Amino acid sequence: MAKYLLLKHYRGGPAPAVDCAPMDQWTPDEVDAHVQFMRDFAARLEETGEFVDTQALTPDGAFVRYDGEGRPPVTDGPFVETKDLIAGWYIIDVESWNRAVHLAGELSAAPGPGGKAIYEWLEVRPFLGDSPTVTE
Amino acid sequence: MRDLVPAVIGVLVRRGADFASAEDAVQDALVEAVRVWPDDPPKDPNGWLVTVAWRKFLDATRADASRRRREVRTEGEPMPGPVEAVDDTLQLYFLCAHPSLTPASSVALTLRAVGGLTTRQIAQAYLVPEATMAQRISRAKRTVSTVRFNQPGDVAMVLRVLYLVFNEGYSGDVDLAAEAIRLTRQLAAKINHEEVAGLLALMLLHHARRPARTGLGGRLVPLAEQDRSLWNTRLIAEGVDVLQIALARHRLGEFQAQAAIAALHADARTVEETDWVQIVEWYDELVGLTDSPVARLNRAVAVGEADGPRAGLAALAELDPALPRHTAAAAYLHERDGDPATAARLYAEAARSAPSLPERDHLTRQAARLNAQLAGLPHRVPPDVASPPNPRAFPQ
Repeated sequence: MAKYLLLKHYRGGPAPAVDCAPMDQWTPDEVDAHVQFMRDFAARLEETGEFVDTQALTPDGAFVRYDGEGRPPVTDGPFVETKDLIAGWYIIDVESWNRAVHLAGELSAAPGPGGKAIYEWLEVRPFLGDSPTVTE
Repeated sequence: MRDLVPAVIGVLVRRGADFASAEDAVQDALVEAVRVWPDDPPKDPNGWLVTVAWRKFLDATRADASRRRREVRTEGEPMPGPVEAVDDTLQLYFLCAHPSLTPASSVALTLRAVGGLTTRQIAQAYLVPEATMAQRISRAKRTVSTVRFNQPGDVAMVLRVLYLVFNEGYSGDVDLAAEAIRLTRQLAAKINHEEVAGLLALMLLHHARRPARTGLGGRLVPLAEQDRSLWNTRLIAEGVDVLQIALARHRLGEFQAQAAIAALHADARTVEETDWVQIVEWYDELVGLTDSPVARLNRAVAVGEADGPRAGLAALAELDPALPRHTAAAAYLHERDGDPATAARLYAEAARSAPSLPERDHLTRQAARLNAQLAGLPHRVPPDVASPPNPRAFPQ
């Protein structure tokens, strides 16, 4: 088994396959259906023994960095208009890369306006694990 | 106490409990044992567990109205005579490594039903939520629920599972390597099979090196740089003994061959004393037995030690460059061949595709060391982590 991050970029990533409106312009029912889809996806993963974590992020926040000894950290942002807004993630523990891609494909079919799939790009990233005991 | 678990499950199954319920009941009995035994240790722990687990099973069966019919059936049956615990335990190993299960399910079920670990412990060891691991285990139990308990099993599948547990390492609360050794030892005591012995020897020989495998801050210390005085000589001696008895049966298998390689490393008091020619011969055996690309890759590195880096690079050139650790091996051999620029570039490339954090850090360090050397910079490292003058960098 290996762990993968399914990163939801919201409107980032490669050119969108479907140009759908931002979520705040959907109807409340469409938003509910989308959120329910996400919950169901997590519940299915738990049922198959593949779920590790899911979290959503607020769009707020800022870049922060060290600014030298004795000085307060520097902040920059928030960048409300940023194109690539990480909206959240799932972490899964699965048998293979193919399984991770399959699940990301399912997640990408989340419903949007009119109940149609939004064809969202998801970034799939393998976790670095521990090194195995026997390597020779 | 956990040693008793598989036999107790076996007794319950023979009395008519289905495997999943028996397994649950024994877990419940273990919880009670942890509570009761410290103040009131039983004279016969095995009998105590059987009695309590059987009661738990009946309670659970009674509580479930839909199972009423089975209750009547099981309670109506006479108690069987003395039970052969040995066979029961063995059957449980086979069941938990049944071919219908995925490797991850087999691992989880083995740790729980044979190892007696709690779901929480297993979840922690594999860094997943307890609910996820509980599902994995209950799905696995459902999958094997129709398998008859007395069907002959496949030893090779069991060994594969135990090997996976051992190789997972020791990051969590539960020492999976030690647990794998315990379960393999228990298996070796119940079945006379040369590959079971081979795997046990392999585990013991690798476990012996564990104190030397990691340095400050968890950094990976390659075999060639390990402080061999930290190796556990008792485990090495045991591993070699177990291996020799297995090899004497002249039925070679992949675990015996791997253990033989580990034994040759263990036998060298310094890295210079390593018998690389014999190691290459064992890799030839291993490649013949498994045709594994990983074995071929490791063979190429060993050839580089036995016949020089050029020979190693030639052996490597015959393999698929997409193999894991191919680039790392190439980097190492190029450095040994006196080409630090190529080696540095390949180490950096290998670091980017390293499958684990310790390996990535190790490879990055190798690239940095060579780049600093190429730039003519003084190689500043704290004395306690300094590399030897001619570092053998390939992690083995």
